[in-house]
This record gives sequence, structure tokens and C-alpha cells, in this order.
Amino acid sequence: MASFPYFPHTEGDISAMLERTGVKALDDLYSDVPSKFLHKEPLNLPEAMSEQQVRDFFEKLLAKDAPLAVFAGQGAYDHYTPAVVPYICSRSEFLTAYTPYQCEISQGTLRYIFEFQSMICALTGLDVSNASVYDGPTAAAEAVRMAIASTKGRQLVLLSDALLPHVKRVVATYAKFAHLGIDFLPCEGGQTSLEALKAKLESGLYACAIVPSVNRFGIVEDHSGFAEALHGAGALLVEYCDPSTLAVVKSPAEWGADIAVGDGQSLGIPLNFGGPYVGFMACTKPLMRKLPGRIVGQTTDDSGRRVFVLTLQAREQHIRREKATSNICSNESLMALWVSVYLSLMGPEGLKEVNEKSHAAALYLRSRLLSTGLFEPAFDAPFIKEFVLRTGLDTKALRACLQDAGFFGAIDEGEGLVSFCATEKRTHAEIDALVAAIEKTFKV
Amino acid sequence: MSKVQEGLLYSESHEWVRVEGPNAFIGISDFAQEEMGDITWVDIPDLDNVMKGEEFGALESVKASSDLYSPVTGTVSERNTDLEDAPELLNEDPYANWIIRVHMSDPSELEDLMDAAAYEAFIAK
Amino acid sequence: MKFYDSLSIELSRPGRKGYSLSGEWSSHMADIPASLCRESAPALPELSEVDVVRHYTNLSQMNFGVDTGFYPLGSCTMKYNPKINEEIASSSAIARLHPLQGPDTAPAAYEILDLTDKALQEITGMAGFTFKPCAGAHGELTGLMIMRTYHLSRGEEARTKVIVPDSAHGTNPASAAVCGLEVVVVKSGEDGLVDVESLRPLLGPDVAGMMMTNPNTLGLFEKNIEQIAALVHECGGLMYYDGANMNPLLGAVRPGDMGFDIMHLNLHKTFSTPHGGGGPGSGPVGVAAPLLPCLGVDSSGFHGNFTVIVKALSYIMMLGKENLALAGRLSTLNANYIKEELRDCYRLPIDSVCKHEFVFDGLINDGGSEGVHGATTLDVAKRLLDYGYHAPTIYFPLLFHQSLMIEPTETESKDTLDAFIAVMKKIAAEAAEDPAMLQGAPHNTPVSRPDETAAARNPILKWQDAVQ
Repeated sequence: MASFPYFPHTEGDISAMLERTGVKALDDLYSDVPSKFLHKEPLNLPEAMSEQQVRDFFEKLLAKDAPLAVFAGQGAYDHYTPAVVPYICSRSEFLTAYTPYQCEISQGTLRYIFEFQSMICALTGLDVSNASVYDGPTAAAEAVRMAIASTKGRQLVLLSDALLPHVKRVVATYAKFAHLGIDFLPCEGGQTSLEALKAKLESGLYACAIVPSVNRFGIVEDHSGFAEALHGAGALLVEYCDPSTLAVVKSPAEWGADIAVGDGQSLGIPLNFGGPYVGFMACTKPLMRKLPGRIVGQTTDDSGRRVFVLTLQAREQHIRREKATSNICSNESLMALWVSVYLSLMGPEGLKEVNEKSHAAALYLRSRLLSTGLFEPAFDAPFIKEFVLRTGLDTKALRACLQDAGFFGAIDEGEGLVSFCATEKRTHAEIDALVAAIEKTFKV
Repeated sequence: MSKVQEGLLYSESHEWVRVEGPNAFIGISDFAQEEMGDITWVDIPDLDNVMKGEEFGALESVKASSDLYSPVTGTVSERNTDLEDAPELLNEDPYANWIIRVHMSDPSELEDLMDAAAYEAFIAK
Repeated sequence: MKFYDSLSIELSRPGRKGYSLSGEWSSHMADIPASLCRESAPALPELSEVDVVRHYTNLSQMNFGVDTGFYPLGSCTMKYNPKINEEIASSSAIARLHPLQGPDTAPAAYEILDLTDKALQEITGMAGFTFKPCAGAHGELTGLMIMRTYHLSRGEEARTKVIVPDSAHGTNPASAAVCGLEVVVVKSGEDGLVDVESLRPLLGPDVAGMMMTNPNTLGLFEKNIEQIAALVHECGGLMYYDGANMNPLLGAVRPGDMGFDIMHLNLHKTFSTPHGGGGPGSGPVGVAAPLLPCLGVDSSGFHGNFTVIVKALSYIMMLGKENLALAGRLSTLNANYIKEELRDCYRLPIDSVCKHEFVFDGLINDGGSEGVHGATTLDVAKRLLDYGYHAPTIYFPLLFHQSLMIEPTETESKDTLDAFIAVMKKIAAEAAEDPAMLQGAPHNTPVSRPDETAAARNPILKWQDAVQ
């Protein structure tokens, strides 16, 4: 038998263990499997590679993806990750731990989740946060379930058209299978329309509306009057947020939201081709028992020491089974640690600076693009780091031009609109090069 | 050994009913609270009506949850909201702490419930 | 492990900072109207870099992980997490990829998805995978959505029932409910396997499908699987394979060959990616060829947990076909070895060869007598912590009162298993002699048993609550 680094068994070990188990060969342990199902031959896969071969393989493969400076957002933002964050998160005591069911040997995990919950509450201004869910879009889908459960009998929800496309897709998917109806709120001037909301609410049939605090066009929305309109109609206000921007823009609590959800990716998690990210969910105290997923709470142990435990578990699938608030039985724990470490480093001032610097970069990019004469402003509304412009250019050609110059951006928003984003990581030189490339290609 | 209080009627899902004229006070039995362990939350939604056999709330403990089923049909005239802040009352004295008061629309439904002796035999099984 | 009591906010001092941002841009936010700005800054900690590193390092030292010691945790497959996987997945070439990049700008990322897809197809006998699901339960939900889509595409709207064995993971019925389907439970027989005669009457034109874990949560191979699949297919239903227990079947048995139409895998179990204290995982869903048109269900934002998928592919390439087949078989050997060694001290409710895990129903001699409470499964689990082991899975499956579920995985040596066996025997002897000592365990961990009732009655869920 060939030895392999992850299998510590020697020949002698295997024969001794087989003997203790009362069988002659490893395949005899599969005597309960009908023989027609038991694979005697190896699968049609490559043979084992050495670690060096595997490393070389991925190095060569990944070299095919030319490094591009990112000028795109749409729910995934290229903010700077301080070196401390991946360093701490790769500690194997965190990385290789299981869910903290055995609290006596999991205080590390439980404490950072408690910190994560606290920081999400600080950012959103709401009372209760869970330990995280998969990503922003699934957090929004779970918020719909909460709203339906809290407004008995209602089967309809409102989604702003200004939500990010992937959020709308995932919420619509979950809703369809749960036999829930979705209506969309149109935009006016690039923002969710309060008038449209009020008109829809007259029916009294909606459980909630999900509206973006900073929307798919990058616009910081004004939600004055939203909570009053929704609450007056017996419905809940759900704010979908980019948590990084919550350092500066009005918090969900200040808008009167009942639930806040979003993706923690913008809090220092690398783009990673879409994941892992981390969905967050926070709500007001009356909705606490409807909140899905894990929640960590503080208590004391036998000796009176402060300890942290998974709590309010009677909401969850392992106890409630089909009556649970959700089927989720994990969180994105390590990514919650990622966010906790990031926020601990940045503090309120650092997070504000991230927004200010990103804003300065976005303003510069926008004015340089407009100066080419190839773009026009689309909306006259405040934005932070992401914005859309109107253009007559073919967006495919525009993307190709950016790619050739070493950039990724100009996401097609339809109807002649393209979306750009700039974070604190971008430079004047990059923006100048991007604009120069566009001018060279498209300015005749 | 769980206590069974005389003078009450009991359901198979371990709720008790105390009848006062057209009113039914509904709680849970000592057996039920023992099975649950330390009760951490009593959920009593603000319902207008209940139907016999249908849910009118839920109990939670650290490791379990249990729905509450109404033994009678009628209008909910009162909810014992003290329990929302002090769920331990159900552990301390389940018979002194009712959960909801129902104005019965069909008192003949009481005939389907067990008396103390029958319930004692039921839980001994 | 030593006890460390601080929270980051308690170390905070106004004016400290732990970051250094590029000086490329000035700080500027003038053109956001005040009416859209928050009134006061969020109360986040203000710490130096050293503060942050010490704080989280101290927290980590109160944690147990696979790299710390043995995790005999049933149904969780806590195998060793190879380090080459981490190195590759943390490559900057992956970190900088935006999820909206297409195959034109990120060909390697798409090639990784494609290679993993093809490898998983060969391992499972399925015809194609989606990588959107971020965990096992998310895979179940996505798989059921695919099942429902398939029936709807054939005009079979009435198929709303999902049959689930009573031994199933709690996520099965919860996932069905979230998918708008109705759960019907089928009983297990005396032998711990799905009772075919109990299944028959449940089948009909309203059945969407049946979810099964094979081997099941008792670690037993459902040997009637061919007959069960035939019955379910005959009534027009589909077979769903919960891949939580795929590890012993690696390179030995393929779900597709057994008649399953849809399945999910837990890359964080079978394919060695770390659990991360409860995530991120990855739960790709595979389907048989007739269901390929239904595979495109938007159940998460982008491409799923991509770096987790990278780790799984690296694992598959390291092992190759020969070691994949060995992994399954060695995990089975390890489980059977522990079972045989411990069956004299712990009650074995079903005496049969097991796969990667098995279940005891508590101690044979729990030390209980007239007026003395015996030691329970919880007490055994807590005492194991004192000896430097993680606890097994306890009180699951629900078929027994004192379930103690042990899964060693193939990455543990005979020496590790022998030491664990010795400790389990020692605990059994301690229970027989002094059950009260076990009831007070753990005695040597940074903290002792928590007051969970107080935690649930008066929830303190953030540091802002604790200050009050």
C-alpha cells in the first residue's frame, strides 16, 4: 500500500485493525453494499500529484487571469484589506474549529461572533444581530421570511427596482418556491419612489418592502417617510445596506427600519470571485425570536465567569425541524471574524476615511470620464463610491478596451447606462490611464 | 412524579382547562413543564379566536420547543402577558399560571377532555 | 487553554488607530447632504494594531480545532485540512477577481469551476453540478428547488410531498419547508434502516421525492436502496442524496449508480476544506442528466464560495484516484475499530458493520442507583473535553435517548484512536464509580458549564446590552 501524507496508517496498523474488526480486507467492510454498486476499480480521475505539482498547476492556471484593477462594484467592492486580517483569520485555532457547540473549548469563536453581532448593531443602530448568514442576497431572502412570519396572513412583498440585480434574483427565487408574490417598486430619478410605495401600500397586502440604503446606481437614497408609510400599512421596512458606507450614511435605525440586511464583503473581505462573503441580519427587539440562524449570547459559568454560548436555539432547525425560522444550520463564521478584525483595526474613524477616500477617487473618476465627452451624467443625486453614467458607446467594446488597458469596470446597467466604482485602493495614475485608453479607442 | 390537580380538565397534548361559567382558563400541566425543563420563553400571539386542536402559542426551553394547542373553540378574551417576562412561573407553579382565557363558543367540546383521574392514568402510560 | 476575558470594545481608547490608508486621496465627503448622513459615528473600538493582534491571538487560544486535537464528531467529518489548499486559495490571483468578470477576463476561475465539476461528476455519477450553495443545508434547499422545478416543468404541480426518514438530519425537513414542500416522515425498522413496508403506503402522485442519507445517520448502509429508489421512481418521485455522509463512499460507491437523481456534497466535510468555526462551507448540488435543464437555480449571489471550491479541487488533485478510494475505506476501518474496542463499555443498539461512523446509546454502566443519577451522554461528552478531545455528536440521531455518535475520519492514526479508546474506557470506569464527578465536568477547560437557561431567558446579545 502506497503511503500518503494525510493517511497515517502503516501496513501493520491496517492489518491489526482489520483483525480487531474481524475482517480480512478493507473491501470486506463493504459487505453490506450490494456488490453491483461497489467500485472495485479506481475512478476515472488523474493519479495523485505531489504537492509541488499541485502548486505549479494552480500557479500556471491562475497566471491566465491577467491582473486587472477593479473599477466595478455592484455588490462586491475592492477595499483595502490590512495585513492583520488574513493573518489572524488563518490561525488554525479559528480556521479548523467546528461550530462552537461545546462552549467550554470554543470561547474564542463565541467571543468574536459576539463582537461581530455588537459591531453590526453599532453600524445598523438596531437591537439584535445574528451570527451571520451566507451572503447579502440570501440575508435579504431570509428577511422576507421574517416579515412574512411577523405579519400573519400576508403573502406579498415589495422589492425596490433599485436593489442590486443579484439581490433581486435570489429573493425572487426563494419567494417563488415559498409561494410568495413579489411586486417591484419603480425608481424615479434613480431612487426608490416614495409615491409608488404609498400607492402600492393602499392594498394592505404587503408584508414588507426591501429598499437599498445605497442603491445599484450608487445613489444614497433618501428614505424619509418610508417607515411611516410602511408601518401605517402594517408592513415592515427592510433596509439593504453596504455596511462600509454605514460609517457615514444614515443608519437603518435612523430611517426607522425593522430589519437591516446586507453583505459584509465591503468590510475588508477580498473580492475572491464572489465568495466566501458574509451576509448580516439585524432587527428590532420585538422581531428577535423571528431572526434565523445562530445567535451568541452572554451568560455565566458554574464559577461565575463571563462566558458566551449559542442561545435562543429553539428557533433553529435541529430543534424545530420543519417549523424552524430557517433551514440554515451554519453561519459564515470565519468571515464574521474577518469583519470583526477589520472593524477593530479601522474603528469609526478609519471606516469613515475609507468612505471619504473612496468618494474622492470616485469624484475624480467621474469628472475625468465626463471630460471625455463620451459620457453624460445619468442622475443628479449624491453617491459615495459607485455611480452610473449615460453613454452611447457599445458597452462590450468599452469593457474590452478597459481589459486591454488592465482594468475591469463599466458594468452594463441597461438603457445606455454603465456603472463605475472607485475605492480608496485606486490611484490617480490608474484613473488617468483608464480615461486615456477610452479616449484613444473611442475618440475619433 | 408529576402533580395532577383535581377539578381541572386535561387534553392529550398536556394543556389543562379551568372552567368558570362560559370562560375557559388554559395552561399546561406539571407533566408538560417537567418534560420541557426550564422554560425560557412563552409565545402568546395576539389572536382573536382559537379553534379546538389548533395552535395558540408556543413554549421554548434551552433544548426544546413545543406548540400549545387549544382544547376549546372560542374568543380569546385575555392573555397572561406576565409570562412573557417571567416564563419561569410555568415551571414554578403550572396550575396557578394560566396562559390564555377563552370565551367558549361550544362548551360541549369539554366533554372530549379528561378529568384528573383519567389524565393521571394517561401520563402513567 | 487559559481563560482570557476581554472584549475588543473594553480595550478601546479614544484616539488609538490600527490602520494606515493610502495618502493618494484626501478625505472628502462634502457633497453628501447632512440629511442623508448619520448623526453620530458608530461605536466601534479604537485600537492599535498590536492591541488587535494580541486580543484575537488570546481569543484563539481558547479554541479547539482539528489542528489542536482529535474531533470524533459524528456526521461532521472533521478530517485534517491540508495546508497546500489554504496556500492556493489565498493566492492574490484569486483574491482580486471580481465576481462579474466573465470567462474573457477570468478564464482560470471558470476552468477551476469546470475541473471541479468534472471531478465531482466522476466521483458521484451525476451529470453536472451547480456551485451556488454555500453550505450543506443550502445545498438541500437548492436541490429541492431543482426537484420542484423539474416537476413543474412537466406540469406536475401536485407533487409537494417530500419523504424523509426519521433518522434524517434536522435540516432535511427544514429545507423542505423553506422550499414550500410538505414533509412526510418514514420510520426506520429495528435494524436502523428505512422500513420499505412503511414507505410503500406513503408513495403516490403527490410525492415530489425522497431525501436519504446513505450511509444513514447511524452509519449504516441502506442496503435496500435499489428497491427504495425503484419504488420512488415508479410513483414519479425523485431521489435526493444528502451528501453529509459521503466520506466512506469516496471511490467506493457512487450515488448516481444507486439511483439518486439529485444530491449535494459538503466540500467542508468530504473534501477536506476547513469548517472555520461554522463556515464558510460549500454545498455543490449535482443532478442526473434529465435534470440538467433545471440546474440553474439562483440560490446565492454569485458563484458560491469560490475559494472553498478551489481548496476541494486541490484536495482531489493531491489524492488522485487511488487515494480517494483509500480515504473512504480507511475512514470506515477507523470507525469499525473504535466500535469494536468500546462496545463492552458503551451500549451498541445495532450490531452491524458500520461505515464512517456509528452510534452508541449511552454507557452500559452509568453508575446510577437508587437515589443516585447515572452519568449521561452529555456528561461523557463534557468529560472528554478534560482529556483534550472534542466531544462526539450527542443526542442525535433522535432514535435513541442517549445517542453518542462517533466519526473518526481517515486522517487519524491507530495511535490517536488507541489513546482515545483508552480515555473512553477510563471515563466509563469513572462513571461507574463516581457519576457525580462526570456531572461536574469539564474540570480543566478555560470555563465550565454555562447557565444556558439564563442566557435564553434574559438574552444579552451584544456588548451594548451588557453595559446596561
